[in-house]
Amino acid sequence: MVSTFEPKSNYKVIGTRPIRHDGLDKVTGRAIYGADIKLPGMLWAVVVRSPHAHARIKSIDTSAAEAMDGVYAVMTGADLPAQEDRVVDLGEGSANFRWASDNIMASDKALYRGHAVAAVAASDRYIAEMAAGLVKVEYEVLPNATNVVDALAPNAPIILEDLVGDDLGEEVKNTNMASHFRHEFGNVDGSFAKADHVIEREYTMQMVHQGYIEPHNATAIWDQENRVRIWTSTQGAFPVRTQTAGILKLSESRVKVTPLEIGGGFGGKIPIYLEPVCAILSRKSGGRPVKGVMERRSVFEGSGPAPGGVLTVKLGATRDGKLVAAATDIKLEAGAYPGAAVGAAAMCVFSCYDIANTRIDGWDIVVNKPKSSAYRAPGAPQATYAMESAVDELCEAAGFDKMKFRVDNAAHEGTRRGDGVIFQKVGMREVLAATKASPHWRSEIGAPSRPGNKRGRGIASGYWFNIGLKSSVNLALNSDGTVELVEGSTDIGGSRASIAMQAAEVLGITAEEVRPSVVDTESVGYTDVTGGSRTTYATGYAAWKAANSMVDELKRRAALLWEIGEDNIQFEDGVFSSKTDSELKISFKDLAGKLNDTGGPVNTTGAVDLEAAGGAYGTHICDLEIDPETGKTDVVRYTVVQDVGKAIHPSYVEGQMQGGAAQGVGWALNEEYFMNLDGTMMNSTYLDYRMPTSLDLPEIETVIVEVPNPLHPFGVRGVGEVPICPPIAAVANAIHDAVGVRLRDTPMNPGKIMSALEKKG
Amino acid sequence: MELPQRVHVRTTINGQAQEFLVPPYMSLLDTIREIAGLTGTKEGCLDGNCGACTVSIDGRIVDSCLVLGAEVDGKSITTVEGLATAKGLHPLQQAFLEEAALQCGICTPGFLVAAKGLLDNEPDPSEERIRHWLAGNLCRCTGYDKIVRAVQKAATASH
Repeated sequence: MVSTFEPKSNYKVIGTRPIRHDGLDKVTGRAIYGADIKLPGMLWAVVVRSPHAHARIKSIDTSAAEAMDGVYAVMTGADLPAQEDRVVDLGEGSANFRWASDNIMASDKALYRGHAVAAVAASDRYIAEMAAGLVKVEYEVLPNATNVVDALAPNAPIILEDLVGDDLGEEVKNTNMASHFRHEFGNVDGSFAKADHVIEREYTMQMVHQGYIEPHNATAIWDQENRVRIWTSTQGAFPVRTQTAGILKLSESRVKVTPLEIGGGFGGKIPIYLEPVCAILSRKSGGRPVKGVMERRSVFEGSGPAPGGVLTVKLGATRDGKLVAAATDIKLEAGAYPGAAVGAAAMCVFSCYDIANTRIDGWDIVVNKPKSSAYRAPGAPQATYAMESAVDELCEAAGFDKMKFRVDNAAHEGTRRGDGVIFQKVGMREVLAATKASPHWRSEIGAPSRPGNKRGRGIASGYWFNIGLKSSVNLALNSDGTVELVEGSTDIGGSRASIAMQAAEVLGITAEEVRPSVVDTESVGYTDVTGGSRTTYATGYAAWKAANSMVDELKRRAALLWEIGEDNIQFEDGVFSSKTDSELKISFKDLAGKLNDTGGPVNTTGAVDLEAAGGAYGTHICDLEIDPETGKTDVVRYTVVQDVGKAIHPSYVEGQMQGGAAQGVGWALNEEYFMNLDGTMMNSTYLDYRMPTSLDLPEIETVIVEVPNPLHPFGVRGVGEVPICPPIAAVANAIHDAVGVRLRDTPMNPGKIMSALEKKG
Repeated sequence: MELPQRVHVRTTINGQAQEFLVPPYMSLLDTIREIAGLTGTKEGCLDGNCGACTVSIDGRIVDSCLVLGAEVDGKSITTVEGLATAKGLHPLQQAFLEEAALQCGICTPGFLVAAKGLLDNEPDPSEERIRHWLAGNLCRCTGYDKIVRAVQKAATASH
């Protein structure tokens, strides 16, 4: 049964801004990230990668590398155990072990440039690099298809020869289409026929990368007792265990994963890459520890970026501005193996609006690019770019006010999402009201900084459903009244603090008096990934449960001390007292000092498996300035308005909102996998990929809206993913407002702006 | 394959004299991390575009991935580990904590060393100047907003 909660407001810890517990180690350089680990006798691994986007591997000669001084082991795809089709759920996404194994190291074909084909372990990194250069791979280069249009063309090269596609339930062979599904409600075509205004537009997007500054890394020992130990930077130690054990064909209990500090993930550090490689090299070198760190180029070419694709949106409205029908066709690039986030895109595409008649077609298309993975609300930014651009285009065509149209058609409790889910209490209307009331919306755009430049303003809204899933927390009470909190959720952006604060709130102590630790897979119960905006929601919920168990146990201890009944004990503001005898009271701290008199240590646990989470909305306002001579675009003012349910630590909530917006602005204006005809990404360095710098962005204003989530004890909704959904459309809409051209292709860089301006004349 | 002879280097890291043999092809970043054992300096790209490996050499900030270990003979290096003293944290470190200017924290050491390089020479920089100075350090988590505020706060606190 799902519990629901009434919102409260008189919190002592929640809503404050304590210094995060792991902050000191991170500003002094003491924090140990994945690549920082050093073990006795450790070897370095370097991976050999395919220079071709699509090629049959005819032979691999490792003899010269093996003969080099300092080289301990060389492996190829032949060293990976054979796999049959077996799908495992990873929380945010899933993996089929046959393909996941092939992605770790190619078997008969390399399916994208950067696909691992061999690996070397040597006494240091430089020797390993030299040895990797001695591995000779003979390829038969095949024609490639690196986007959905090429991959669906009649003469397209077939990338996975044994792929059986699912086209609305029909099996399809000899195809690059992994799946095509449909959600349809109401009378869509009839409603379009009756609508006063109908538009249909097509939008194209390029693949982008999460861009976390810390490259993927792993260190492994596969010892003589057939046990594997892994140290890595990951969003989820338990999913790493599941994936590594599956690929190595070991029982999960033989694999121990220790998550070290993680330098950014955004969804990209859920899948594994180096872990099984380092483990196999360790076994082949007699159980020595083997560490691997990807070079930046390999992170771009060989990890899991976010899909590009082609999306169409058709909207129909009455003449008084009621949105009556919507249809979309979402084709996303899976990369080399099935699994683009098209299902999630379908759940989000129409979710800002209450529309009676909707049809969503989703397509998962295999292409010769790295296997895509989650990137902060996977699939939703793409869907939102198309939908929120189309909403503006409809308003422009019909003469509707863009804000009023959004308010009039906003989703609310009872609205049916495009995939059929009926919304509980959601905050779209509240977010739009807060947007209208924001200082930014109420201000003029301002004059351009240079004569001739043009300024414009755009808005866009976005939705992400958030996830719940499994989390475990252990608490141990110290005799000085402080509490050790042990959790399995890796902390990417302050979640140690937000989880500890929830326990502290229940226990009536300060945030600093709870000491959180993220531990290995043998030291805490199962916990799903830090992803899906679930950590503060679900792991926080587990901490709340564990803290309540601790309060219950301490009530029992106070009852023992005072020799009264347990049901006579109350706990309020950090003090246990008798309901009937006002003389009997003891603080949490003092009672903690009396554990030895009342039965010894107090340790409690909280475990949750939450089926539902609370979906959340954001609306962004973007003011930008364009130089029509060059197409250069500067974002001059930006505001993020978002319903977060309840902000546990507002500073880190704002940080999520600002960071997501910054990534979205980069996606809108600069970022793309720029592919040549050979299927090579031509901009696989930070210099050429060009993520936003401090100089590219203005101050990012934030407006936190709190519509409590009834499914969480403190009303938390999760905040990490919503803020990347609106920016791309907000930028596109602002560009249109500034210079009157509609860009339907990302990135909206100076070149595209100039050609659109020239076309417009 | 014959490996070249190692180079003898005497240097000062965070005020402490150090002496080591370094392969001539080894970056200063790897020298600091692998030989001196100071892993606070981070690797992000190895081509001088992210700034995660920023250190100061004789008061000048550099990407340590673009310098060879063999080049720092006789020079004085400051890494993130050298910012705090027995008296306490550097004002930048304190401001980064108070302003929540880090999320994952991987870029933080580079930002701190780079920002110190600014404040050591310009104690009262404008927001524009801070944004310009830090444009060689990438952060993917924060959108820079809270980093810029933290540097402004540290500048005020140092007065």
